Amino acid sequence: MKYPVCREIEGKSSAYVALLVILGGLVALGLGAAIYMEHQGHHVTGMNNQIVWGMPHVFAVFLIVAASGALNVASISSVFGKVVYKPLAPLSGLLAIALLVGGLVVLVLDLGHPDRLIVAMTNYNFKSIFAWNIFLYNGFLAVVAVYLWMLMERRMNTYTKAAGMVAFVWRLILTTGTGSIFGFLVARQFYDAAIMAPMFIVMSFSFGLAVFILVLFVSFWGTGRPMGEVIVDRMRSLLSLFVLAVLFLVAIFHVTNLYATEHHGIESFILRDGGIYTMMFWVGYVFVGSVLPLLLLNFSGSSRSEVVAVSAGLVILGGLAMMYVIIIGGQAYPLVMFPGYEVVSDFSDGVVNVYRPSLPEILLGMGGVAFALTIVAFGVKVLRFLPLSLADKDIDPHYRPDTAGGATASGA
Amino acid sequence: MANNDTNIDQYRRRFLERSTAVLAAGVIAPGVFLHTVANARPADEAVTSKVRWGMLVDSGKCKTGCDKCVKACEVENGLTRTGRPEIDAQWIRKVTLKNKQTGHTTSLPMLCQHCAEPPCVDVCPTGASFKRADGIVLVDKHICIGCRYCMMACPYKARSFIHEDITDQKAHAPRGKGTVESCTFCVHRVDKGQSPACVSACDEGAMVFGDMNDPQSEISQRLREVQSMEIRGDLGLNLGVRYQGI
Amino acid sequence: MPGVRIMMRVAVLLFLVTPVWAGTPVPEIPKGKGQQCVEDTAMMRTNHMEFILHQRDDTMHRGIRTKKHSLKECIECHAVKGDDGMPVSVESPKHFCSVCHRYAAVSIDCFQCHNSKPEIKLTGDRNGQ
Ligand code: HEC
Ligand code: HEC
Ligand code: HEC
Repeated sequence: MKYPVCREIEGKSSAYVALLVILGGLVALGLGAAIYMEHQGHHVTGMNNQIVWGMPHVFAVFLIVAASGALNVASISSVFGKVVYKPLAPLSGLLAIALLVGGLVVLVLDLGHPDRLIVAMTNYNFKSIFAWNIFLYNGFLAVVAVYLWMLMERRMNTYTKAAGMVAFVWRLILTTGTGSIFGFLVARQFYDAAIMAPMFIVMSFSFGLAVFILVLFVSFWGTGRPMGEVIVDRMRSLLSLFVLAVLFLVAIFHVTNLYATEHHGIESFILRDGGIYTMMFWVGYVFVGSVLPLLLLNFSGSSRSEVVAVSAGLVILGGLAMMYVIIIGGQAYPLVMFPGYEVVSDFSDGVVNVYRPSLPEILLGMGGVAFALTIVAFGVKVLRFLPLSLADKDIDPHYRPDTAGGATASGA
Repeated sequence: MANNDTNIDQYRRRFLERSTAVLAAGVIAPGVFLHTVANARPADEAVTSKVRWGMLVDSGKCKTGCDKCVKACEVENGLTRTGRPEIDAQWIRKVTLKNKQTGHTTSLPMLCQHCAEPPCVDVCPTGASFKRADGIVLVDKHICIGCRYCMMACPYKARSFIHEDITDQKAHAPRGKGTVESCTFCVHRVDKGQSPACVSACDEGAMVFGDMNDPQSEISQRLREVQSMEIRGDLGLNLGVRYQGI
Repeated sequence: MPGVRIMMRVAVLLFLVTPVWAGTPVPEIPKGKGQQCVEDTAMMRTNHMEFILHQRDDTMHRGIRTKKHSLKECIECHAVKGDDGMPVSVESPKHFCSVCHRYAAVSIDCFQCHNSKPEIKLTGDRNGQ
């Protein structure tokens, strides 16, 4: 097998320029929305004193979760020594960094006082899982950057495995940390579950891979670089596995919740009576985000890259729906302060809280996504992140010319 | 209604003697209520953990429909209405409970419970949420970045985020956009030796405020005598606000 | 870096007190109530932020409510009346804290929360006790 070669993309096509213009526009809109929110105050968002985290957090948490998952491909190659994935490792690292930065930007811009970022950097409360996460996030960026360096600088290659190992362990801790942001909220019935952290880890596998697949395929279609069946099929089966794993953990989560009487209220809310949240869960996450992609990936009888890409897109939509259910749905259900009592007040006690996302906060969230993708689009142009070829003969050590079809990516 | 709000000047012995006398009167005469907190500190002395401020609410005396405590809090701290209740700051609110089985209703004020183990303090990334040595849970708005994690963590919905610009604040209660706030037990009054505004405003005598660490204080005595409970006591947060008669 | 800060302060101070810029309007700092400030005037000019920031943490976290360095008291003594005879807010360029800050391009966020006007004293207790 040849050594996998990565090269910058040319980045002169009108499609590339158009992509940058669109992404730039979205970033500008997001930034504008953030300035507007900051200037006006959060009353221009749908968030209020009951639903305190809204759309920006749905996007931000999704991006952060996907970031650690996007690193999986690199981990599989460097830590578990699967050579087929080796040419994909640089892109995997770049995407991880980009998604994390995108998510963090959204989180920061949603703060009541983004201007006090320096305060957040200089005042740490070490008991706070949030503060720990600030460390974990910054550390992740550093660790992945070092890993990329080891990977892409030939004379450093010997350390790739060690760096990859560190990055792998770090990303597991990071996702555990993100999950724990919710898991530590004992006051809220929906979040008070130890399974939150493992659930976030498998979600990160699935959502991160889905984003990775979309980015990879689109860049290959766009640049006309060849992509063989082997890689597409690997992506197909891996995604399918991860989607199934998430579904399994989500099922466990709800079943264990149903087991505990004090969680019956919130469970019947999410699963049956929650209106938009029930819809988001069953239609958004379960059907569109899990069942449909599973069917497409496994029973459509096709291993074509388009089918896998569409499935990845559906997984992403389902992931966002899941985040909405967890973050917003978890807050919409009234806090139980007095079990056995009906509670009435003029401060929304005992009633389902209403949340109507407003345009600025959605724009802010999308801006974060666009920002992450802009980083990737720039990255692949200025540095060697993208493999020249993913044709079977170039990546598969067991390749025999007589059996493989040597399919190239369509639409090149 | 007795008014014994006292200035720091009258601090120390004389003051203590007098307040014990009033305390005795308060115990004897029902409805007459004590507004004096037994130990005003000199202004230049730091708070210590020798004191733990607490409140006992007697929901049996709390009248349904009465919101004097809420109004007093708003006046004292300059809380204004925005016209959109869902974003209004709410430091204290009246809650009506109806027993699902018996239909019996109870009325009570909900406010920051000033936990000894406050979840909001644990989760705050910058340490803006903190517990003063004397047990009062506060937000240091100077380092609050407005992340609202404390609001997610609070089991009592006791905190509010400021969603718009505020002007003409009370000088003793600075408040501003983009930060989180909650009941301060009227810390500026407590530091002067007065009771929180809600307690002073309650004509029914449904609220007792005092030092839970001082066995002689009215609140300690009452807590010894009557059956009281903590809301969501299962969380083991050791609350500074206790309820009687739920 | 304290060194840099001190140098900057000295520079700004020199800038403020030296009447060499004929033509440039050097701000006229309104005088406070009473004879003198809570500390030496020169000291206040350069170090007022240290005092109030220290007081801020003392009051907030330790419950110390001495009046000397309290922001509330600065506002009481340094109120500047506007054309309508009422104290102006920090929005006004005439406000004591605005005069130099605008001149020296210092921006502070204190008055997002703190009232920049002295409290109007009402007779009797507001709570009707
Ligand atoms: C008792 C009233 C009083 C209080 C309280 C007070 N000041 Fe002053 N302040 C004055 C007076 C009077 C002067 C003018 C002194 C002079 O001309 O020498 C002054 C001068 C100053 C100056 C210098 C202005 C110049 O002319 O260069 C500054 C700065 C200042 N004060 C800031 C503060 C701050 C900050 C606080 C709050 C910690 C404060 N003051 C509290 C009365 C007060
Ligand atoms: C004599 C002119 C003058 C007056 C009057 C004045 N300031 Fe200042 N102040 C300054 C200067 C100059 C700086 C910047 C010093 C520096 O950067 O170190 C400053 C800085 C500050 C800072 C620190 C800002 C930061 O970000 O570090 C605070 C807080 C502050 N002033 C508060 C006040 C308040 C409150 C008042 C009104 C009571 C006031 N000042 C009145 C000149 C003045
Ligand atoms: C987000 C709101 C907010 C902002 C912005 C803010 N403060 Fe405060 N400040 C408060 C609160 C709340 C208190 C507590 C009041 C109390 O307990 O009596 C306080 C108390 C203080 C105190 C002690 C009380 C007094 O009047 O002396 C000082 C001094 C103070 N702040 C200084 C500052 C300074 C200087 C700035 C700007 C650099 C500032 N604050 C900005 C909210 C704010």
